[in-house]
Order: sequence, then structure tokens, then C-alpha cells
Amino acid sequence: MMWRLLKRDLSILMPGGSRSGGRGGAILPLLFFLAVAMLYPFAVGPDAPLLAKTGGGVIWVAALLAAILPLDRLIAPDLELGIFDQLALRGISEESVVAIRMLAHWLSFAPLLLIAAVPASALLGLEYDTTKLVMLGLLAGTPGLAAIGVMIAALTAGLRGGAALSGLLLIPLAVPILIFGAGSLALGDPSGIALCGAISLLLVAITPFAGGAALRSVREN
Amino acid sequence: MQACSILADNIACRRGDRVLFRGLSLDMRSGQALHISGANGIGKSSLMRILAGLLKPASGTVSHKGAIGLLDENPAIDPQARLADGLKFWAQIDNCGNPAGPELALDIGDLLDVPFRYLSTGQRKRAAFARLLNQNAAIWLLDEPLNGLDTDAQAKIGALIKLHCGGGGICIAASHQPIDLPEAQMIALEDFAV
Repeated sequence: MMWRLLKRDLSILMPGGSRSGGRGGAILPLLFFLAVAMLYPFAVGPDAPLLAKTGGGVIWVAALLAAILPLDRLIAPDLELGIFDQLALRGISEESVVAIRMLAHWLSFAPLLLIAAVPASALLGLEYDTTKLVMLGLLAGTPGLAAIGVMIAALTAGLRGGAALSGLLLIPLAVPILIFGAGSLALGDPSGIALCGAISLLLVAITPFAGGAALRSVREN
Repeated sequence: MQACSILADNIACRRGDRVLFRGLSLDMRSGQALHISGANGIGKSSLMRILAGLLKPASGTVSHKGAIGLLDENPAIDPQARLADGLKFWAQIDNCGNPAGPELALDIGDLLDVPFRYLSTGQRKRAAFARLLNQNAAIWLLDEPLNGLDTDAQAKIGALIKLHCGGGGICIAASHQPIDLPEAQMIALEDFAV
């Protein structure tokens, strides 16, 4: 049963998924991420040492923004369709629904983002060591970003204009991940990444309960 | 189908600051049908959601034995997916052994390859009914089941409800339209309005 839910969630969220069509291109966040990495050198000028120094941070910010893009497709459409009502009738807990949605969201953007980070690093002229730190940091940080995204999407699903609000809410919550994930780049050693991973794990653990409670309160009021 | 029941004791419903109705009790057993009537906005849909356990009553309790199937204005089928895939998702969640039957009974067998968003109101209602039949639930809660259906489909739905209750199921239908259920009990929600 969990597998069925995951399969449906992936078909909505993955690029090219069979149910993704009208819900806005799922490939957009990825193109957005690459576009930011491409535009940044134009904005700051062709100063190779400066690009190499700040490029890692830019990749992090681009990843954060790319994670915000699909927020309005995460929870709200299914709420409107009545999918959550029907799942609740069948005794499937909101917590497991949210946990599966979180996994699907991560799978839909993080692996592709990690792959896209390679050409992005090349565009910004990053060193091998910096690229490695960026990749490790994104690997540790993206589950946390996915968790925050699903939590915020569930909290704002019942609200009008929730899409704009959710982007605004996500950014402060993502600050700890950014500080430790991108902060490890300034230090040049991976100690911050461990903390980034710890925050990610905490967020992943909290989200099913926070998101589940949010879905229930939308339904019962 | 094993014995099923649904009990509501002295429930009240509040939406915002307004109490819509109060003091409503019902006791339904296997094989019984109930038609809840009332004007728009009197709280029929809210009552159905309370009975389904999706909405908390302002006071009173609801309990049931047997699985609940709810048919309301949301078909809960992905608009982008082909009708067949949308129905298959729920059939798999419900572990339905023979999901092909209801589609044919409701004349939507030809539409299975059509994306759900292209279906008409009546066809969507039929699809939602097929989902309900696949669920094989003992207790049917039908909110405006006849809306958008043509007379032929309305007759089919009536026959399906009779078959369901004849097999030991419960059917509670809320509608402002008359439903052809000869054996059904009636509740007029106006009697409980505040």
C-alpha cells in the first residue's frame, strides 16, 4: 500500500511522470538551478578567483530556490481533489501519507540537483575539493530542504495565497541548513556537513507529525 | 457482507460561528437505507463528513462498524491520469480483486483511456461511483449522488443502492432531490435546524 502511494506521488512529482503534466513542469526547478549558475558569472563579471570563492555559496542558494519552486504542487492539489479525505477513510494515517510525500519530493529534485551541480560547478570554475564539499553538503542538506518544503506546503495548503507565503516561510527555516552546509565551504573542511546532516535528520523526523497534524486540522475545521 | 452499523448520538454541527443543526441521532443497521433531505446550506454535506469521521461534530458522538465509503463532490481521481489509471490506483489501495466490473455496469468502459479532466460532470460522477463500488465498503455515504447524472444513470444508481442494501450494506444518501428508495427512512434536516 505504501508502495502504491509512493508510486502515485512520484508520477505527480517526477519530471516526465504520467500525472505531472498539468501541474507545472516538474523539470523546471532543475532548469532554474542551472540558469542561476549560468547567470551568476554574467552578473559579477569574469573574475575567476572571485567566482571560485563564491561559486559554492551560489550553488547552495540556487538549490534552496529550486527546492521552493514545486511547493504549491506538493500538498494543495491533493487536498482539493479530496485524495486525503479518501485516504483517511481507509484508515491510512496522515503521518505516513506525509512521510511518503516527503520521500517522493526528495527523489524528484535532489538526485537531479546533485547531478546538475557538476556542470554548475564547472560553469563557476570551482576546484575539485570545493565541488566535493558542495556535493556532500547538498547530499546532507537536501533531505532537510525536502522535509521543510513538505511541512510548509501542508501548513499552508488550506490557505488562500498559500504559494507565496510558503516560499517566505521556508527561507528562515532553511537558514540552519544553509549555515552549516554552505559554511563548510568557507572553512574548507567537512565538519559543518555533519551538523547539516543532523539538522536534516531532525527535520525529516519531525515533518510527518507536523505535516500530518496540519492536514488533520485543515480537514476537521 | 458481515453485519455493519453506524450510530450517531445527539450530534450538532457548527460551521464558523453558526450552529447548523443539533440534536440529531440515528441508528442504522445492515440492509437499511436513509435519505437525508434539506435545502442548500442546511448542513447535509457537513453531516456526511461528520458521519464519515472526517469532521468533528460540535457535540455528540459517532461510531460505526464496517468500512465507510464516501461519495462527495470530489471524485478524488487524478485529473491528468487516464480514467483507468485513476481507478486502478484506488482499486489497488482497496485490494479490489475484480476492478473491471463497475466500469461496465456504469457505462464508462469506453472512457477508460480518456484523461479524467476531459470527462463531463455526469461521467465524473459515474467514475466516482465506480471507485466506490471497487472499495467494497459496507457503509455508503452518498452526498448528492444524483447531481449531474442523466435519468438512465440515476436509475442505475438507484438499482445499485438497492443491490447494496439487499446484500446487507447500509446506504445514507443526502440529496435535495428525491431518490427512488422505497424502503428508505427519511430525515428532513430542517427539523434539526437551529
